Amino acid sequence: MTPRDRLAAWAEAWLGDRDADRVVPPSGQTAWLTVASAGAMAFLAVFALALAFAAGTLADRWSQGLSDALTLRMPTDATDAQVDAALTILRTTPGVAGATVLDDAAQAALLAPWLGDGVPVDDLPLPRLIDVALGDPGPDVEGLRLRLAGEAPRAVLDDHGRWRAPLVDAAARLRLLSWATLGLIAGVTAAIVTLAAQAALAANAEVIRVLRLIGARDAFVVRAFARRFTLRALAGAVLGTGLGALALAALPGAGDRIGLLAGIGIRGAQWTALPLVPILAAAVAALATRGAAARMLRRID
Amino acid sequence: MIELRDAAYDYGGGGLALRGLDLSLAPGSFHFLTGPSGAGKTTLLKLLYGELRPTGGAALLFGSDTRAMDRDGVSDARRRIGVVHQDCRFLDHLPVHDNVALPLRVAGGDVASRADDVAQLLGWVGLGARMHARPPELSGGERQRAALARALVMDPDVLIADEPTGNVDWDMSQRLLTLLAELNRMGKAVIVATHDLALIRAAKAQVAARVLRLSGGALSAAGADL
Ligand SMILES: Nc1ncnc2c1ncn2[C@@H]1O[C@H](COP(=O)(O)OP(=O)(O)O)[C@@H](O)[C@H]1O
Ligand SMILES: [Mg+2]
Repeated sequence: MTPRDRLAAWAEAWLGDRDADRVVPPSGQTAWLTVASAGAMAFLAVFALALAFAAGTLADRWSQGLSDALTLRMPTDATDAQVDAALTILRTTPGVAGATVLDDAAQAALLAPWLGDGVPVDDLPLPRLIDVALGDPGPDVEGLRLRLAGEAPRAVLDDHGRWRAPLVDAAARLRLLSWATLGLIAGVTAAIVTLAAQAALAANAEVIRVLRLIGARDAFVVRAFARRFTLRALAGAVLGTGLGALALAALPGAGDRIGLLAGIGIRGAQWTALPLVPILAAAVAALATRGAAARMLRRID
Repeated sequence: MIELRDAAYDYGGGGLALRGLDLSLAPGSFHFLTGPSGAGKTTLLKLLYGELRPTGGAALLFGSDTRAMDRDGVSDARRRIGVVHQDCRFLDHLPVHDNVALPLRVAGGDVASRADDVAQLLGWVGLGARMHARPPELSGGERQRAALARALVMDPDVLIADEPTGNVDWDMSQRLLTLLAELNRMGKAVIVATHDLALIRAAKAQVAARVLRLSGGALSAAGADL
């Protein structure tokens, strides 16, 4: 069997052959119900997907360089007493794991890349740096800032952008919500297809009875219906995904400027995820129809 | 091939109840099943192709008890039994030709390669010119003959016909009877339910048939009055 034959056999097992399909009379409104709702759901899914990607990008961008440390920069003319006082405050603050004054060698190492070797560091008016290691959970940075202001008024607490931490958290949660939304969309699609399939099955109860009477196995009946609903959901979802993609592509580009809107949209490799939407819709429809048909057949004879 | 052994069927709720049914459809046998309308002829036939399962005793299709068969097993047995239903039961959206070919199709056969056989079968029942019509456009006699063609397309071992002459005139019923007798001579077991005693009398010239009567829920050999 060539891969192509195998694919054809697999598709036929799931979709049924054209003949099986013709056995069921054409139906009007359930057909459009399925196509239209699969289209609408796919359209929504594209945006949920875009939001999930955007939230992911945002979370990544914001969490870059977010470190688990603070640096306290004492003024150049700080006395040893002031440095000690700052250290005491830091070490008694809940959420601070440790605080150490950078010694001259460490400070020289920090500056070496900028000033080159052999610079007489001792002669320069340098601020004293205190490296603050944070625990988990970390300290209340604003409270710490206030207390330090009392003891070392001109000290500067550099938190390396830790203010972004809640944003990273929010973005991560937004991404989770987007995936949950996709799950809900899949669930609603399954529900709509199930209802449409049940209506079609009920309208064709006599056809199903006749098929059973002349020797059709359940699998044949299931395929006859599943093929239709799967193809309809696929068609609708291709349409909805296409429209969603166009709408995304047409969003005014925000360039590389930072902001939520800059993140929305799909770029690069993310576009390859879009074809998954119709494929998923078809799979959901196939499963939903199979379930509905199997339940219907158990009730008949 | 098909057998009822002390079979009973009860719809429940005080309605029709058949009991003590013993019947064996051997290859080449021909049975008439008679009795007044409402006696349970259709019900008994349904036991013979597994549409109903006996509520007592047993129905054996090709040696298997229908109560022990799974759904696919029943489907497979039905492919070896041709049934002309009282109300024909076509798919009205498909032309006669496709309706007749339908058992081949549901059995997964290569329908295209059998198209000639189907056309020939339709010619044999006298519907060669009507095969592209839809079932609702057919007359009563044409419907019965189309139903007969569909029942035969799988070349079944057994043919079950429920009132096949119900809606047709005398000439047509004679033609149908001739077709059934011909099939019986080819070795198929045939059972025909009918309340038309004149038809049974007319058949005596063509086939050696056993005549069974259903009444009061029990099956008996018909008397000499026939
Ligand atoms: N589905 C059913 N449920 C309950 N009773 C039924 C059903 N089908 C048939 N019957 C009973 O069986 C009787 C007729 O049976 P049937 O086998 O159709 O008789 P016949 O074919 O000899 O006219 C009816 O009078 C009815 O009371
Ligand atoms: Mg009847």
